Amino acid sequence: MTERLSAITLNTFREAVRDRVLYNLIVFVLLLLASAPLFSQISIGMERLILVNVGLSSISLFGVLIAIFIGIGLVSKEIEKKTLYTILSRPVRRWEFIVGKYLGLMLTLTVNALLMTLGFYIALFITDRGLHAGDAPLLVSVYFSLLQFLIVTAVTLLFSSFSTPIFSAIFAFALFVIGTFADDLRDFASAAHGLTGLLATGTAYLVPNFSTLNVISRVAHDQRIAGALIIYNSVYALLYSAAVTAAAVLVFERRNLK
Amino acid sequence: MHAIEIEGLSKSYSVGFLKKQLRPALKGLTLAVNAGETFGFLGPNGAGKTTTLKLLMGLIFPTAGSATILGKPYHDPDVRKRIGFLPEQPYFYDYLSAPEVLDYYGRLSGLSASTRKQRVPELLHQVGLGDVGNKQLRKFSKGMLQRVGIAQAIVHDPEVVFLDEPMSGLDPLGRHEIRELIQGLKDAGKTVFFSTHILSDAEALCDRVAVVHKGELRGVGVMKDLRSGGGDKSEVIWEGAAALQVAQRFVLDSHVTGELVRATVKSTDLDSLLELLRQQRARLVSVTPLHGTLEEYFLAKTSEQEPARV
Repeated sequence: MTERLSAITLNTFREAVRDRVLYNLIVFVLLLLASAPLFSQISIGMERLILVNVGLSSISLFGVLIAIFIGIGLVSKEIEKKTLYTILSRPVRRWEFIVGKYLGLMLTLTVNALLMTLGFYIALFITDRGLHAGDAPLLVSVYFSLLQFLIVTAVTLLFSSFSTPIFSAIFAFALFVIGTFADDLRDFASAAHGLTGLLATGTAYLVPNFSTLNVISRVAHDQRIAGALIIYNSVYALLYSAAVTAAAVLVFERRNLK
Repeated sequence: MHAIEIEGLSKSYSVGFLKKQLRPALKGLTLAVNAGETFGFLGPNGAGKTTTLKLLMGLIFPTAGSATILGKPYHDPDVRKRIGFLPEQPYFYDYLSAPEVLDYYGRLSGLSASTRKQRVPELLHQVGLGDVGNKQLRKFSKGMLQRVGIAQAIVHDPEVVFLDEPMSGLDPLGRHEIRELIQGLKDAGKTVFFSTHILSDAEALCDRVAVVHKGELRGVGVMKDLRSGGGDKSEVIWEGAAALQVAQRFVLDSHVTGELVRATVKSTDLDSLLELLRQQRARLVSVTPLHGTLEEYFLAKTSEQEPARV
């Protein structure tokens, strides 16, 4: 089982690495980070703040975009091109295929985020003429972005297991946008009454809560992130993504590959 | 011993806007394939051949019926280690090279790293791709991809090989190469189950054939019997119309154009006729075996009037 899982995981990673779009995104992000000093020309004395905001937001947003745009084809592309036929006719269980694909994309996103983080810290080093103790907590935001990718990838994979790539992209992106405002949705739900309140509460707790994973402006202003929040977010992201991946497996187990 | 046993296998798809109508793609297929046999699964396009193979590979789920491969349920993971499959017009990860693809499939089939290291170059050589190096599959011709397809199907040395339209879309040379590869599998004692709508391929390779049409099994025939079923004839063309008078007793049918004679004879009379032509100093132009019976059998079984029966 481990051998088959790792084979699918590494092949998914290899596909992404050999896909030039991924390289273009990295180059684009590095260019974006390089443009930070340009922004600082407009806002004197705020170079670090702008760089942190732009850098961490780019790491998060580009990761989410990669997760969605690669994720939508993870299963559907394999069915469309029939590559799945030669895999599932072997001693590979359907759940192994889904989980292997999931882990492969997560490996891609993690490597991608690490490369971006490296670029980001290099930019920080140049801007601040060195690295300081206050730069370490910024990694919490990168960690939260990785947790965000866990959920986005699982959600996209779920849509990809039963829908077309275009609809999967629309659904996943819509859910990402709604999830970004999950805290506002919860505030609205607590203020609403009757059926509206019930529906809003249900939706607020069903959609992934991405707002709790966004601490960019807090770390940019050197605010401390509580250890409890790190633990809560870790458990939340792991459980949410595990549940959604399990749903993707359930859907895929029953699917006729026409 | 039967390598494959299919019992009442059926598949229907829901169609229509509300998916309330059922369209049958396969109706109660019952079939057995012997171990070591090369079995042709014939039928026109849309007959249910690919549906049957997809069911046996666990890619779609049956509406009714069951099947065993090598004595175990077709979906048993142990069975999957012992079978190989080439889908119709396969597509492989085109960013990989041929050795990478075979290594990947070997890994998924449970081969150890050392076995793969030895097996992959051997296999590439066997299918005539020994010199492709690390060229990505996106640069391969269709014939080369089909050879990769056969290689991935047998990378783990399976006992039963399923091939879906293996010669589809290939030029005559490509078809010949794939035919040779299938013959190699047959010679190695593998059970080969392949679907095709090209009768000459089935005729050249198969021990037995089954004909499916509109989702129903219309008949199963032994190739040897079909060949010897009164239709095994040869066409002989020679120059020297005068020899026809003497050879008339062997000739079933003849057509004369000037000095050129085209005659149909029973293959059992062929040697006698050739000896006679030599004596008559006629110049032999060609001898072509005619096996029209598979085509006749196929046409009879796929005609609208033919009732469904085994």
